[in-house]
Amino acid sequence: MSGASRSGDLGVPYFSAAAGARPGILGWLGSTNHKRIGVMYSFAIGFFFAAAVALGVLMRVALMTPGQKFISAQTYNAFFTVHGIIMIFLVVIPAIPTIFGNFAMPMLIGANDMAFPRLNLFSFYVFLAGAALAFIAIFSNGGAPDTGWTFYVPFSLKTSVNVPMATFAVFVLGMSSILTGINIVTTVHQLRAPGMTFFKMPLSVWGLYSTAWVQILATPIVGITMILVLLERLFGIGIFDPTKGGDPLLYQHLFWIYSHPAVYIMILPAMGIISDLFPVFSRKNIFGYKMIAFSSLAIASVGSLVWGHHMYVSGQSDTADVIFSLLTFLVAVPSAIKVVNWIATMYKGSIRIEPPFLFALSFVFLFTVGGLTGLFLGALSADVQLHDTYFVVGHFHYIIFGGTGFGILAALHYWFPKMTGRMYRRNPAVVGWLIAFVGFNLFYSTILILGWMGMPRRYSDYLPRFASLQLFASVGSYIMVAGLAVIFLNLWRGWRRGDKAPDNPWGGATLEWSLPSPAPYENWEAAPLVTKGPYDFSGSGAGATKDEAGEARE
Amino acid sequence: MGEQSLRGYLAVWASLLGLTAMTVTMASLDLGTVAIVVVLAIAATKTTLVLLYFMHLRQEKRVVIKILIPLVIALLAVFIGLTYTDVLYRGGG
Amino acid sequence: MSGEEKGGRVDADRGRIGMWLFLSTEALLFGGLFLLYAVYRWRYSAPFHEASLELSRAFGTLNTAILITSSLAVALSVRELREGRLAGAKRFLAATIALGACFLAVKAIEWGVKFEHGLYPGAKVLSSRGPGQTLYFGLYFTMTGLHAVHVIVGMSVFGWILALMARGGVDADRPIKLENAGLFWHLVDIVWIFLFPLFYLIT
Repeated sequence: MSGASRSGDLGVPYFSAAAGARPGILGWLGSTNHKRIGVMYSFAIGFFFAAAVALGVLMRVALMTPGQKFISAQTYNAFFTVHGIIMIFLVVIPAIPTIFGNFAMPMLIGANDMAFPRLNLFSFYVFLAGAALAFIAIFSNGGAPDTGWTFYVPFSLKTSVNVPMATFAVFVLGMSSILTGINIVTTVHQLRAPGMTFFKMPLSVWGLYSTAWVQILATPIVGITMILVLLERLFGIGIFDPTKGGDPLLYQHLFWIYSHPAVYIMILPAMGIISDLFPVFSRKNIFGYKMIAFSSLAIASVGSLVWGHHMYVSGQSDTADVIFSLLTFLVAVPSAIKVVNWIATMYKGSIRIEPPFLFALSFVFLFTVGGLTGLFLGALSADVQLHDTYFVVGHFHYIIFGGTGFGILAALHYWFPKMTGRMYRRNPAVVGWLIAFVGFNLFYSTILILGWMGMPRRYSDYLPRFASLQLFASVGSYIMVAGLAVIFLNLWRGWRRGDKAPDNPWGGATLEWSLPSPAPYENWEAAPLVTKGPYDFSGSGAGATKDEAGEARE
Repeated sequence: MGEQSLRGYLAVWASLLGLTAMTVTMASLDLGTVAIVVVLAIAATKTTLVLLYFMHLRQEKRVVIKILIPLVIALLAVFIGLTYTDVLYRGGG
Repeated sequence: MSGEEKGGRVDADRGRIGMWLFLSTEALLFGGLFLLYAVYRWRYSAPFHEASLELSRAFGTLNTAILITSSLAVALSVRELREGRLAGAKRFLAATIALGACFLAVKAIEWGVKFEHGLYPGAKVLSSRGPGQTLYFGLYFTMTGLHAVHVIVGMSVFGWILALMARGGVDADRPIKLENAGLFWHLVDIVWIFLFPLFYLIT
């Protein structure tokens, strides 16, 4: 008997109380089950995302026309700071590892849970604690920070707002990220099912795995940096204070040593998911599996060497400028390899345009635009003009929102049946996607153009010559948000009232699709024996593995 | 997991104390710039002893020995090294 | 399904990997401070030398010896536990905690001396000595302070393990908590192995 593998067969769903879990909300809040934890994270992060989007919309309303009418400059500074802190530390850094890493990864490698289930639950509470601290920072002791999410010294040492609480919140959130990373690395090394070698793992796992190393090794640096800002404010140790011999640029070094790899924490797992989607929706093996796997490691490694490209014009030496620029151009190569391989996967494939694939395709487009604009910024001479303009803002929103954001939406639409046991309606998903995609591009391409024209970032007001494009950008942002609303309402409706979903609606060959939809509380009674690769669609259809009795099961 | 004899532990302990004495002596010899290299080398040696014999690094899983430790060392070197490319050449360099 | 008896072999492997991964985060946490030290020492090498003369090499060497011995003690405690001698394990563990306390006592004396002489962040005496010495002591207090916090955490964890040992929660069949705590303590020792020459032995 090979355990829960068929719909309707045993295997109580993970959200049912009967599986030995405590009933009701307490059962969830105290659950160490990876699927429940993943879903809890998704609700928390969804909430934070909505809050940060609201701040973003308010910013766009304020910027619709020139003149400081709607909110004060101080308030505007607080808005973009909090928008950044929430989006970066509470949404895009944690989202894929904690939601989909937790929910899907154990299933993807044929395990029953993560290596440290109790640590996993603890990480969730550390995450919530960090979020609470960030929230408290906004409403206490001088109020929301106005320094930008980057907390640059010396301003962050002098400003009277609640920098200490905000930096401490970031420290706590970093701890949560580290714990998640430790869990993921250990799980991948110790809990793969028999027969699942590293090179039979789905590429989404490679993405999560590479990311986890960055989470573990880079995050401590921002941890110590935040502590130092705290100590500087409390005791005046002088490390970053020029009046005491300190060097503010060292703050930037320490800050970006983490925060640049952090963007790879954001993008690598998204790329991994995209690598899972292309084969499924082309019904063809991925092109260049090993190159994609190694490119994830390459991005993680080389990406740890490029942080100085945030500091070209801050007073860094020319020597460092040149070295960092060279390394920055190098790190584009493994990303380009992925893009080429994804496209090549589609060649002569049997393409099905389903919502997850729409998000995956648009991911490739948006990420490519974002990546190319990154090359402009990576070039020293161009950066002199473009640094701290809207061009940077456009670049990172294309990469992070167009990349990670759309990657998250792709993952949500892909794993939705496995998470809920239901299916959302296809048409509203496509319509929502289209509106969001069009709005996104209207909005952010305008932002890129504005930056090129010289519009500085983090300004609450602007010169009249930027007015028509700012208006256009704001309208684009409203269209985009409308699209997002359609998407999420459709998902919500699908969760509450959608049709019952089949076990394997997409015909995927990875292990999670051999389990019922929704996923059962306990994945497998006995570990599945893996004999095929993750994108091997030959044989008896999806999820063909053999149980330990050697019988092929669907 | 291979256990060490009591003698083994005591030998390591004595070596660590000996190396400490050595490093203190080095410092009072006023060797100039070489001093920092020697002193760090001794610290690295002591660290290696602790890692190998007190922390049983060699019996650890491959991921720890072959990936983690080299990565940590490489990263620290790179972080400090690349920062130095800035710090050393400030003021038109 | 995956043979994870609590504290049994499979569980222990995982736990140890997790601990090493966590230790690497500690190494990098201090690493950021060592980066700052590296830069400022290069920039202010003479003031760093002068400032280091304020520290007592005797106390520093003593503390180094204390910490090295405490590492021996916890390593022997683990050895006792693995060989089934719970009483011996407890004794060595208690010795480790005691040595940790000695370390903290010496540190407290050292810090006290600095405070008396006005050599602490924010003090006028210190700032009058110029930026180099100001940064030296800023780094000194930050790094030895962070290190001392880790010593306290380590001692607390050991205390908890002692209590568990009395109740049978840690024994020869389930040594992983003590082993992992020992690993943490050795890392704390390693950090000091670098702190000592960098602050006390500048020539």
